[in-house]
Amino acid sequence: MTDALDRLDLLDLDDDLADEDRMLRDTVRKFADDRLRPHIRQWFEDGTLPARELAQEFGALGVLGMHLHGYGCQGAKPSQYGLVSAEIEAVDSGLRSLVSVQGSLAMYAIYAYGSDEQKQRWLPEMAKGNAIGCFGLTEADSGSDPGSMRTRARRDGSDWILNGSKMWITNGSISDVAVVWARTEEGVRGFLVEQGTPGFTTQDVHHKISLRASITSELIMNDVRLPASAELPGAQGLKGPLGCLTEARFGIVCGVVGSARDALASTLDYAGSRTQFGKPIAGFQLTQRKFAEMAVSLQQMQLTARRLGELKDAGRIKPHQVSFGKFANVHAALAICRESRSILGGSGITTEYPVLRHAVNLETVYTYEGTHEVHTLVLGQELTGLDAFR
Amino acid sequence: MNIVVLVKQVPDTEAQRQLNPDDNTVDRAAVDPVINYIDEFAIEEGLLLKEAHGGEVTILTVGPERATESIRKALSMGADKAIHVTDEALHGSDAIQTAKVIAKALGTIEWDVAVAGSEATDSRSAILPALLAEALGVAQLTQARKVTVDGSTVTIERVTDTGYESVQGSTPAVISVVEKINDPRYPSFKGIMAAKSKPVTTLALSDLGIDAGEAGLANAWTQVVSFENAPPRAAGQTVKDEGNGGGQIADYLASKKLI
Repeated sequence: MTDALDRLDLLDLDDDLADEDRMLRDTVRKFADDRLRPHIRQWFEDGTLPARELAQEFGALGVLGMHLHGYGCQGAKPSQYGLVSAEIEAVDSGLRSLVSVQGSLAMYAIYAYGSDEQKQRWLPEMAKGNAIGCFGLTEADSGSDPGSMRTRARRDGSDWILNGSKMWITNGSISDVAVVWARTEEGVRGFLVEQGTPGFTTQDVHHKISLRASITSELIMNDVRLPASAELPGAQGLKGPLGCLTEARFGIVCGVVGSARDALASTLDYAGSRTQFGKPIAGFQLTQRKFAEMAVSLQQMQLTARRLGELKDAGRIKPHQVSFGKFANVHAALAICRESRSILGGSGITTEYPVLRHAVNLETVYTYEGTHEVHTLVLGQELTGLDAFR
Repeated sequence: MNIVVLVKQVPDTEAQRQLNPDDNTVDRAAVDPVINYIDEFAIEEGLLLKEAHGGEVTILTVGPERATESIRKALSMGADKAIHVTDEALHGSDAIQTAKVIAKALGTIEWDVAVAGSEATDSRSAILPALLAEALGVAQLTQARKVTVDGSTVTIERVTDTGYESVQGSTPAVISVVEKINDPRYPSFKGIMAAKSKPVTTLALSDLGIDAGEAGLANAWTQVVSFENAPPRAAGQTVKDEGNGGGQIADYLASKKLI
């Protein structure tokens, strides 16, 4: 497999990694190979995973909220977070989702919009993986149009009373703290809802055929009374949650490089050893064309991720550039996984090979954190100056 | 307690390793270098001893310039500082010469225990810790699967073919550990980022008062006289199961006196 990874790096992109970046990447790759990869088939097939234990292992490694500064976080560069996301997603998008939601959605929301007291209380424990967070924006009837959300918070004295529900929430039922976005008379506001708060319940989504190694829940708020201190003071309007999403999408842009690479590398290995008509199927022109197209596509994904990493490290990344990345990379990753499956033939439809598992996971990634269609419109607006959302 | 961990950089065990036909030494350029696998257990044991007894962990490496990569990794796991002995004249040195160099290098610092892996995956001589203890005239506690320190007394469980022996010595002592001893940690991100600012002292042979005439291939006590590539694996014996496959396998195993 290492050999396949080397062959796929046609442009020698690895050569330019800084020593520290390489060491980070190699550490997470080894961790993923030792601790995650041996179990992922079982987790996927069982439709669950030991998220609490894994969060603590990720925490000990330093992955959770690694690009945030202070409060027990590592202060790593965003580009380093990107490299790490790819290594985790090389095992499974569900595992990367666990890490993304914890670090880039829940922790980032508290980091960017929370009071110092909220940060002190949650970030160090979340960085260690002792506390898990989730992020509730999407609702059953409010996806791409978050402005249509029905969850409401009203004041009652100095308290807030929260009512509504959130859907498709990664880490929902295992969270110690949920970042919940709600409409108020003053516009959209964010709240920290702790597990166990009266009126707050969760319900897991079952029967998924994608992201099976990930916990997906519904959050239900029924007259949940919150003190004023539960409000995120720095978040005003939809800009709050949208800022978190831009943050998390960056992890996706880089992460899907991992799932695509893993699919392609395992397929390259397979095609070199699978013999038909007396020679390896890698030796047939039709197969080679597929490999050429997929390998070029993978490296283009990596270049896109690297460029966005540079921009984010420099602190000048713009939301439409993140949309560029998600638009380009998730689509390309999905195409690579589907094409790889065709080379694997019948073997490709089992969990013995990671390829179709990656493909079905990417069907979710294609939709979550801004659908492919929404990112298309973001790019359209950037190019034409015209808003085609409505 | 001041702990030194001896770390060797070796060619990646998982790759096709080669000897250089010109001088029969390891071809270091052919394969990516890594920390000797068993040394990772020595590093972990050093860190555990520090966590239990305080003090500092110093990494000591003898090897070419490129060995700094392995030193950084050891530092990123949590070691405090490092000594890197590197000199062109060391090329081709054998275990006896290397033990002498390490003994001299240890003379430049205060230390209580020196922890090493039980063997290196390239040479597999497994003799260096013993040679080092002999050169230093200190206690030799090798092949440990458990290490306990109480004041200046070090007790180990020494692995044998049939079980273990309890062996005791006083500090300063040289300890070598086997893979059973612990579960090496991953470098933490904090450790990786801190590693680049940790002090690494680079020493040449002249800094240690060693004459170049004592080191290197030409002056080695042992030599690789010749080598051959391993023969390709012979084709196996195929057992065709025609209802009696189990019996055939049992007969085969019995013929080899395995059952």
